[in-house]
Amino acid sequence: MKDSSKDRIREVSNTTKGGGKPRQVSVGRGDCWLHRRSGGARLALSVGLVLLIAVAALAQKKDSCVDCHSQMEGPLAEPVGLMSGDIHKSRGLSCADCHGGDASQDDPMGAMDPRKGFIGKLKPKDIPGFCGKCHSNADFIKKFNPALRVDQEREYATSVHGKLLQGGDGNVATCASCHGAHGVRAVNDPLSRVYALNVAETCAQCHAKGDYMKSYKIAFDQYDKYKLSVHSKALYERQDLSAPTCNDCHGNHGAAPPGVASVANVCGQCHIRQSSLFSASAHKPVFDAMQVGECIQCHRNHDIFAPSDEMIGVDEASVCTTCHNEGDSGHAAAAAMRARLDELGASIQNALDILNRAERAGMEVSRPKFELTEARDGLTHARVLIHSASLDEIDKVIAPAMAVAGKSHDAGRAALSELSFRRKGLSVSLFFILFLAAVIYLKIRQIERRASQA
Amino acid sequence: MRIEALRLWLDERLGFAALGELARKKEVPVHRHTVWYYFGGMTLFLFVVQVATGILLLLYYRPSAETAFESVQFIITEVQFGWLVRSVHSWSANLLIATLFIHMFSVYFMKAYRSPREITWVTGALLLFIFLGFGFSGYLLPWNKLAFFATKVGTDIAGVVPGVGHFLLRFLRGGDDVTGATLTRFYGFHVAVLPAITTAVLGLHALLVQKHGMSVPPGVDPATVKRMKFVPNFLLRDLIGWILAIGILAALAAIFPWELGEKADPFAPAPAGIRPEWYFLFMFQTLKLIPAKVLGMDGEVIAILAFGLGGLAWVVVPFLDRAPGDRRRSRVLTIAGVIVVIYVVAMTVYGYLA
Amino acid sequence: MEQEVGSKQTSGRRKFLDYLLGTSIGATLVAIFYPVIKFMTPPEVIESAQNSVVAGKVKELAANSGIIFKFGNKPGILIRTPSGELKAFTAVCTHLDCIVQYRPDMKQIWCACHNGQYNLSGQNVGGPPPRPLEEYVVNTRGDDIVVSKG
Repeated sequence: MKDSSKDRIREVSNTTKGGGKPRQVSVGRGDCWLHRRSGGARLALSVGLVLLIAVAALAQKKDSCVDCHSQMEGPLAEPVGLMSGDIHKSRGLSCADCHGGDASQDDPMGAMDPRKGFIGKLKPKDIPGFCGKCHSNADFIKKFNPALRVDQEREYATSVHGKLLQGGDGNVATCASCHGAHGVRAVNDPLSRVYALNVAETCAQCHAKGDYMKSYKIAFDQYDKYKLSVHSKALYERQDLSAPTCNDCHGNHGAAPPGVASVANVCGQCHIRQSSLFSASAHKPVFDAMQVGECIQCHRNHDIFAPSDEMIGVDEASVCTTCHNEGDSGHAAAAAMRARLDELGASIQNALDILNRAERAGMEVSRPKFELTEARDGLTHARVLIHSASLDEIDKVIAPAMAVAGKSHDAGRAALSELSFRRKGLSVSLFFILFLAAVIYLKIRQIERRASQA
Repeated sequence: MRIEALRLWLDERLGFAALGELARKKEVPVHRHTVWYYFGGMTLFLFVVQVATGILLLLYYRPSAETAFESVQFIITEVQFGWLVRSVHSWSANLLIATLFIHMFSVYFMKAYRSPREITWVTGALLLFIFLGFGFSGYLLPWNKLAFFATKVGTDIAGVVPGVGHFLLRFLRGGDDVTGATLTRFYGFHVAVLPAITTAVLGLHALLVQKHGMSVPPGVDPATVKRMKFVPNFLLRDLIGWILAIGILAALAAIFPWELGEKADPFAPAPAGIRPEWYFLFMFQTLKLIPAKVLGMDGEVIAILAFGLGGLAWVVVPFLDRAPGDRRRSRVLTIAGVIVVIYVVAMTVYGYLA
Repeated sequence: MEQEVGSKQTSGRRKFLDYLLGTSIGATLVAIFYPVIKFMTPPEVIESAQNSVVAGKVKELAANSGIIFKFGNKPGILIRTPSGELKAFTAVCTHLDCIVQYRPDMKQIWCACHNGQYNLSGQNVGGPPPRPLEEYVVNTRGDDIVVSKG
């Protein structure tokens, strides 16, 4: 309808397009479509509007699910309580948004009507699809969190859990097993069951139970082992959230143990140097061919301890002898590497000992002590280079570090010899001083004897 | 003969023959307590050692927060005999204050402050404060952790003085906190301001001692007491003491070198067990023991006022004990002195054990 | 007669004592002034601990590159940002003390040990490092790039 007032409005809005300051334009009542209706029509419209608002308001407030279930006991009432911290609830969603049905109906048959799309307690098989109804729908999710991923359902299908579920096993983990069904919290919420500090415990709910894992023929000591590891200590004791927990190595939704040839890649997410050194070393093709799990072969997978020099070498405690035998080149290399590390460590310790001695005796040795840290850095570097499995690479770092340690040791010795020089100098000076004092004393005696004689 | 001619030539122009006469005439009473007469000269000698080693140190020392610590480190590691000069300076400072205390208390108990030596005593009391100032300002100069926090605590206490406290704190610190500005200021005090004041006060003190001669303690009759000549007898004995002092300083420097510690870090928390040097320890310990509230007023303020009053009383002691006839007054003052000594020693020991 | 002999003896002894006095005073004075003179003689190394160091040459450092240099006893990293600015930081990573490097592809400072990342202001922006890198003051003196502590 070509309405002159509409044209006016369009004109006004056109002039304010393009980011300019909105112009004040006087638009009279005669321009408004409501005011151009007849009085009766206007009344009808007003009443209708009020009724519509009232109904909408009532409809929003009415949540028959909560009303009834909160009155019940036991497991039927549980979800209501759990929902109080739920992230879905905080976004304005409620029972019917997931379970379907009609929350405006008080009568259970009407409210939980399958014809209205009601789905009650889900079978495990159906859970991924159920959550995926929304969580795999990018258009829907971006209304709530534009940055949230929407491929969890697809990833899950590739996981061990997902594949077993598809095969009909209802005992494996599904979305609700880890995230919960009611009372789901955001991942970065410290109370969430999938918050970094809680992930291991959540996985352990199943994976630490012997009878549960028996049928799958999987070990169930991973959690206990993990709690002994360096990673666990970093995470739980030092609160270092960059330390890995189950999902960092196994994945979240696509959870599967890394393939034997990809372990180095997984560890290499953080341990880049060690991983790239290993991947370039002579060990990688051999390990892969032998189907040996790269990093975990020496470092174990769950109970990863802080590495020590004992792991290198050819004695009882070493990991090298697992594969290398006396006579092969690897055996000799391992022995040589260990010898280098020990030598450097001893050299550093010697230097430190002598510097401490000099310091205790009062000499100023802070500079050589400081320079010694360079040698210690060299030792750390050499230990990392073990992963290259190349004695030459290690030697390149060991040599300068030994030089520094030697220099510091020399500084310590110089300090001690300076100390003894000072003490010798002191004795000589003291001799002269005491001699002089004695001579003066004799002089006094002489003067006073003469004075008394005179 | 050439020397004789030279001496005559110089005397005609400088006129020191008169001085020589005075020196030859000067005598020192000999009695049971003569040994205490040596401590004034010993204090003076150690001061000369301080000036000499101090001048040598300032050839290499750099008074800014970024460079002070490193320059002291440089002195004790790179400069030849730097370790010796620095350790002697630090040890001699402590010995100096020790002999100063001995000299001061021996003069007190021998009542040498009596007429006509009142001003000598007053200048001496001023010298006490000056040398404590030397100690306090010099201690900060290496800019190490212990010194930084000791200075912080010490200047904090200055801030507690009622009325002028805040001004005093800012005056000492060169600002509100202990910073590089404090260091430079303390350096100025230590090498210029205090030495200038000392020259005047010490000069007067020594002059007056020469003018009035050595006093005799009560109980000794000045008319009949044996006397020895200052030159050469007393002076040679002085010399033995000074030479032994050199030996002691050398031994201390070589066997117990003075520590440098770690560089001061204004942002790091104070290490445990911070305390000032031993000569301030008795005051520090008193402040630690004073309860928070005394007679309704802040305990710290009371203690500081008490020390202030005590210091003032100490300065005017000669005017409290004039008449040699008033034996009771004299007795009271002697006992008061003993109590002060016991208190200072006890608090110092306690401060170390705590 | 006896007195004369006696006085000759004491005179001889006196001369000897004076001689001893003179030489021992001399020796002590030498023992005091020798260290004093040595002290006043400048040592080999004339400056105290390095607070500033020449880290490189202006012409040799291209834009979007970095070099490691020795600052006192610790490593430092000198970078020229893509926009041409010179910046310097400590090269010791705040995570576990590894030596960082400049990554021209990432245009960031990177630590190889655990993939720590710092932006060109030294702030820790990725990976485990908990604190930023301490920044140094950079000046140019002619062709030299001089790095000093702030």
